[in-house]
Parts: sequence; C-alpha cells; structure tokens
Amino acid sequence: MALKLNQSEFIIERDENKCISCQVCVRQCSNDVHEYDSKGDMIYSDSLKCVGCHRCESLCPTGALKIKERKSQFRTNYNWNASHLRDIYRQADSGGVLLTGMGCDKPYTVYWDRILFNASQVTNPSIDPLREPMEIKTFIGRKPDRLEFKLSRSSKNTGVRLKTKMSPQLELSTPIMFSAMSYGSISLNACRSLAAAASKFGTYYNTGEGGMHKDLYKYAKNTIIQVASGRFGVDADYLNKGSAVEIKIGQGAKPGIGGHLPGEKVTKDISNTRMIPEGTDALSPAPHHDIYSIEDLAQLIYALKEATDWSKPVGVKVSAVHNIAPIASGIVRAGADFIAIDGLRGGTGAAPKIIRDNVGIPIELAVASVDERLREEGIRHKASIIAGGSIRSSSDAIKAIALGADAVYIATAALIAMGCHLCQKCYTGKCNWGIATQDPYLTKRLNPEIGTRRLLNLLRSWSLEIKEMLGGAGINAIESLKGNREHLRGIGLNDRELEVLGIKHAGEA
Amino acid sequence: MSKMDKLNIIKKYKNDRQEYFSRHKIPSGCAIFGVINEAGSRFSGRMVMDGISVMHERSNGLGGGFAAYGIYPQFSNNWAFHIFYDDSAAKKQTEEEIAGSFEILLGEEIPTRKASAISDPPIVYRYFLDIKDDFKKNRSKNNNSIDKESLKEAEKDYIVNLVMHINKDINGAYVISSGKNMGIFKGVGFPEDIGEFFRVDEYKGHIWTSHGRFPTNSVGWWGGAHPFGLLDWSVVHNGEISSYGTNKRFVSGFGYECTLSTDTEVIAYLFDLIARKQKIDIRMIHLILASPLWQEIERMPRDNKELVKALRILYGSALINGPFSIIVGNTGFMYALNDRIKLRPLVAARKNDYLFVSSEEAPIRKVCPSPDSLWHPDGGEPVIGIVNKKVAGKKGDGTRSVRLDDQPVKV
Repeated sequence: MALKLNQSEFIIERDENKCISCQVCVRQCSNDVHEYDSKGDMIYSDSLKCVGCHRCESLCPTGALKIKERKSQFRTNYNWNASHLRDIYRQADSGGVLLTGMGCDKPYTVYWDRILFNASQVTNPSIDPLREPMEIKTFIGRKPDRLEFKLSRSSKNTGVRLKTKMSPQLELSTPIMFSAMSYGSISLNACRSLAAAASKFGTYYNTGEGGMHKDLYKYAKNTIIQVASGRFGVDADYLNKGSAVEIKIGQGAKPGIGGHLPGEKVTKDISNTRMIPEGTDALSPAPHHDIYSIEDLAQLIYALKEATDWSKPVGVKVSAVHNIAPIASGIVRAGADFIAIDGLRGGTGAAPKIIRDNVGIPIELAVASVDERLREEGIRHKASIIAGGSIRSSSDAIKAIALGADAVYIATAALIAMGCHLCQKCYTGKCNWGIATQDPYLTKRLNPEIGTRRLLNLLRSWSLEIKEMLGGAGINAIESLKGNREHLRGIGLNDRELEVLGIKHAGEA
Repeated sequence: MSKMDKLNIIKKYKNDRQEYFSRHKIPSGCAIFGVINEAGSRFSGRMVMDGISVMHERSNGLGGGFAAYGIYPQFSNNWAFHIFYDDSAAKKQTEEEIAGSFEILLGEEIPTRKASAISDPPIVYRYFLDIKDDFKKNRSKNNNSIDKESLKEAEKDYIVNLVMHINKDINGAYVISSGKNMGIFKGVGFPEDIGEFFRVDEYKGHIWTSHGRFPTNSVGWWGGAHPFGLLDWSVVHNGEISSYGTNKRFVSGFGYECTLSTDTEVIAYLFDLIARKQKIDIRMIHLILASPLWQEIERMPRDNKELVKALRILYGSALINGPFSIIVGNTGFMYALNDRIKLRPLVAARKNDYLFVSSEEAPIRKVCPSPDSLWHPDGGEPVIGIVNKKVAGKKGDGTRSVRLDDQPVKV
C-alpha cells in the first residue's frame, strides 16, 4: 500500500452486536466505503473513502452504524489547521485545483445571526395570522414610474380605468423561489421535484444553465429560464418555455469563473437538453463572450426581450462582489427587470475551493448596499431585488426583505429538504441521496413525488413562519416590510457594520 | 454661572431636543377631530376647540394643535409660512434665506394670549410671501416650453425644498406650515390650551382639523406637535404605523427626507408625492394607502381588478400598515381614512353643509347634538368633504389639480 499522508475525516463505528450483515450499507455507498467479506460474513469499512453523507447510517435497519467526525486527525495548530494540511496533501498528490461543492463553510460572520427582528407591544397591536388576513403575495418585475388613468363610462363601478400598460410581472404566492440548479448538476428527479413544488405552491423554480428537459415543459408557467455564458440549450423555444428569463453573469460560490460539466456526465438525455454532442465537456466560459461591458449586457437584455416578445421579465443574476452597488445600478440602467444577487455562501455543484471560500461578500451586506444605492438614484422601483446565497430559514428570508430585497432564492435549503446532508461532494457525481448525480442507480433513490411533497412542506412552513413574524410586528402585508429596516436591530456588530446594514444596534430606540 | 453660560445651556438643550426628534421614532396615541363646511362658509375655530376638548383623556398634554384653511382671505394668493424660532439668530438666518427668493409682504409675530397651562413657547412668526419674479424668469429661460402649470409645480417643489432645508439645516428654526390661505397652530400642551394660547377662536376658516397628542415618551418639543404641514397639506394622525421604515424609504427615493421621524410626517409626504406629484386622484388614494386585500381584489370585476392590482404593485411601499386614522386637510377638501382592518377609531357625521370626522362620537355631539347622519366608516373607506369650488379658489391655485366633484372610487 502506497504512503497516504491524508487521514480520514470520519470515524465509522459499526456495532458488531447489531450488524446483521444485510449489506444495505454496501449497496448504498457509492464511494465504496463498505465491503462485504462473504467468507467471514463480515463487513469492513474504509473510513478514508467516507465523505460523511450519512446515507448508510440513515438506512441501516438495525442502527448498527454511526458516522462521527474525526476531530483530532492532525496535531492542533491554530495557524495550520487540518483543512490546510489536508488540502496541501491532496494538491501534492494531484497537482490540480481542488474542487468542492455547496457553499462556503468558513466561519465568516453570518450577519443573519447578528440581526434581530421586531415585534409590537402596546402602542401598536400585533396581528394574529390565524384570525386576520396576512398577505405575502409578491411581484417581481419592473414597475412603471407612475400610472395613468382614463375615465370610462363602461367601467361600472370605478369610472376609472388603467391607461398605463404594466410591464410583465412574476406573481409569487410567497416571497421564496427556487434558485438556479441545472439539469446536469442535479438529477432530473430533483429538477422534477423543484418544478412541481414551485408550480403547486404558486412560485418559481429556475432551470439553471443546462437547458430544459422536455419533461419539465409542463411547468413553464412557474419556470425562470436561465441564459448563461455557455448558452446551453438556448433557442427561441427554450426562451419561451418559461415566465421569465435570467441572464447568469455570476454565482456566489464562484464569482468570476465559469463552469465545467465533464464529458462523462453528458449522457444522451443531457446532451439533448444542453444541445451538445454526447460525451463532450460542457464548458461555461468565465465571462459571456458577447458581454465585455455594461452596454453589451443591455444589448443582450433587449435581445432577449425581443425574442420573448416583451412578454416576460428579463433579469440578471450576479454574485455579490465588492462594488456590487454600482454594478447593480448599471444593471438596472441596462434594462434588467430584476437583479438576483448571490452571496458569498451561495451553493454550487462544483467550484474551486479556493474561490468558494475566499471570493465575494455576504448577501446581507450586498442587499443592504444595493437597496440603498438604487433608492439614492431613484431607480429602486425599476427592478426587483432577489437575494440568495444561503437563506437558511424563514427568519433569514424576512431579514433579507426588511433589508430591501423583494424576494429570496433558496437552493441549498431545497436540496436539504430533499435529503442532502451537505457532504460537499456534489462535484464527484456520486451523490448517495440521488440529487447531485446522473447515475441511474443513484437517481432513482429520489422519488420526485416525495421530493415535491417535502419541498411543498418547506415552502408552507416557511410561509407560515413569515406570517407569524409579520403579524407579531403588526404588519399584514409583506410590502410593508420591504426595506423596513426600522424592524431590525444588530447584535454584537460594530458601527461600520451597522452603517452598511443601515440598522441600529439592539437597545437603541 | 454667567448669564451667557445659562443661555448656551438652554440653547444646547433646545438643539438636543430637535436632534432627539430627528433620531428617534416616537410612537403616539392621539385624538383627532376635523370639521369642514362644504358650502365654503367660514366658521370660528371655537367649534374645533370645543370639540377636541371633550377628548382630553386621549392626549397627555405633550402636544396639541390646529390646522385652519381660509383664515387669510386678504392674502389668499400668497404663501403663508408659520415658523417657530428658538432665538433671534435663527430668525435672522431664516429670514435671510427666505428673502433670497421671496418678497416678504408681511412678517409678524403670531398674536397669542397668555395661557397659564402653556409654558416655554418659542418665538412664533408668520410671513406672507410672494415668489420673486427672478424665479419665474429663470425657470422660463432655462426651459422655453415651460407652461404656467409646470411653473406652479416648480414653485411648489422649490418651497418643499426650502422648507426641508430650513428645518434640517437651520438650528432653532422650524417651519410648521407653508401653504396658501392656511395655517397651523400647535405646541406643547393640551389642544384646548394651545387653542387659547394662539387665539384660535378669533380665526374663521372653512376647514379645521385638530389634534391632541399622547406621545409615549416625555420629550416635549413644539415643532414635534401636530398637525404636520407641507404646502397646503396638513395631517393629523392617530396611531402608530408599522410600515414606517418602508414608507420612509419609499418617499426618500423621491427626495423627501423624514427629519422628524414621526408617522405623521411620512404620511404628509406620501400625500404630496402621490396626489400632487404623481397626480393620482384623491378619490383613489385609499386604494394605495389602505389597499384592499388580495382576496378582495381577486373578486373584483376585470377593469377594477386591473386598476387596483396595478396600484398595489406600483405603490406597495406606500401602503400604510398598522393602526391609523388620519385627517388630511387641503385648500379644497378634507380627507379622513382608517387603516384597512380598522385598528383605530373613526367616526363621521353630517349636518347641513357641515361634515365632521373624529376619533370619537362625543366631540361631534358636543358641537352638533343632532347630526343628520352619523356613521363609522369601514377600514380603508375614506370620508371626503369637498368645498364648493367657487369658494375654494380660482383656477390655477392648486385646487384644480385634483378633481373635487365626486365620491371616492368604490371597488
């Protein structure tokens, strides 16, 4: 056996008294951790291969398995921590850029956890969402500068009719949408679950940059079509198979770089959907090669509006980078109807670890500064803001809206609802939970009907929680929370952070 | 301690109060009462004083005031400014600022009478102003196509900016009203005492609104009392709105800066923005400020649905959420509105040409024991009283910018 410098990250504890050698763990693990020895009727486990996805533990019928994190695999050192050592060993082995999946897991300040929400007492009654209407319907799209009316005798009641033609709007029953995840990065069953749940709940899912599988056409009304730098699967039909178009410039997990779906994953189905030959690498360039500046973006926005007959909002997704505020202002002025901002902790199917963990800024700060900037310039109404990049709970969502977002995008949370255990190995294509894989043996583990139900439950519970919090603050319409930073207070934040967030510290009236 | 030191300490205290008001949102409960004579005949302020005094228990002596329309017929076409000064330095600076762009036709101290319950009043002045010809010439020169109506609007925008500038940048000066043929009288005290102090009973107007304040903190600052005024608008308000932050950010996008952090201020800006600047008919404003619920909108006939939906989509941030009842005055009309789920009281009554709106029924019965009709408006259902157009003013004085001859839009 060759010298292995790396040590396993997990300890696999098998209780031999409970193990019945049924081999469920052997069959479930796509990483070949468990091996059955028929001679001794024993199962051996190689912890070095374990990614900590807990699939075997969850499915072990006798509860014989326990996967534990191995804390002390290297000598404690606060400067050279285990992650550094492990990465260097891997790089010295391979000579390559280290890949990872999901969002940044470094202990940077999570501002959601440093912000507290308000409630009414005495001077202003709280509202009980179980007894009073509580409105969380949300619209995404460009709003006109003002409305014009005409008098009308035909209109029975009002005598007034709308003269202004409204630009197309997405109507959301809850301010939560499923963020872009392509068919390719996740399985078709996962896509089906997302699309069906969005459709049933009255919100939207996003195709991601991988085109659109024919099975999903029936969910067109609840689909946001993505156009990314690789232009995979993009043609006039595709553009009109959704209710909105999103130009993807960047992603929170990997700002400034493109994507790479290896040829072995480009199966027949994916080759059809992406409109590329089977078995070829699907490379998304870092920039769009027809967008080298803001005026080029404007051209693409208007080209897409023309292609969709001006019937759909066209938005732009960018990752939150240092000067996100002026960038957002430029995007609005270029004609975008919405901006999706993806924060530092946004997920990914595959990204260089060094980029994921070190590039970009947290979504909380980005939303605050973008909303502020657009208002200063008097163009906030021209585009909706969608915040994404690690919205972990309904309270994260409500705080994002109070900071100025119109709605939030969730993706990691949706995957977790479908079973994801955040092992961060999406890029290997070996997802034991049947989500981030194209292996038919694995993808059938995710039943789209169950996936749909679980996603619906997630949307429902978050929406109920949002209503509870709104009611507690004496608000009965989500519109009245948008940009309402009076209802937020920081805790344990310094002056500069409070200033950027535009909120007061807890205890300040 | 020398006299100078003492003065400095007093001055600092006053500035601190103004600064305090600009930093902190002050929730308050209140009493509101308004009367309009729709025939346009003018009546004494005694009536509102009598009315509001009945609701003594709804205020706590930390603020009271009156807004009156039609009280300066001799200056009906000139801007009337009511200004509070803490000291003569602020007065001098403000007058210089005003004289830069206005002819001051008359500047005088507002007559007051001694009232035992009123202490520590600021210097209270009023000015009648005409915009200088230079202003019009400059505007016309820069833009040849500018018509009379736009010039009027430009003049109003200019006044909005000037008022905001004085209130924000000049220490110890506070413009409390800035309309035409109208004025606001307010201060720290119970409304009936403030009325005595300002000799409100000696004025005659065709619209009167009044306010008794119950702020939930103890800072008493005269400028912070209500009604709040800007141009011809005056707003009295009862409640605490939970959408304040959203409303504030919405109007800030259009250049209105909330310096007082009170709900009343932001409501006044919403009216100025929506009714004057964006020309939404006053009869439709309740569809924005107290928008129907989505479930109601869904049930509307197609045209109405389209209209109300568009209003709600565009003006979502102007929705006033949380409990409120307001009375808004303008030269030609009085407008009262409740929040959409009626979390604050509002009563209305009519008698001949008079329309009354009030927090409670008692003040109405006090000044008009047997009204022709008396009702409790639903949440989100406005009560609009409109002055006979002949009396309201001549063409082009601003009263025509909203149509005043009809009932609110019913949906």
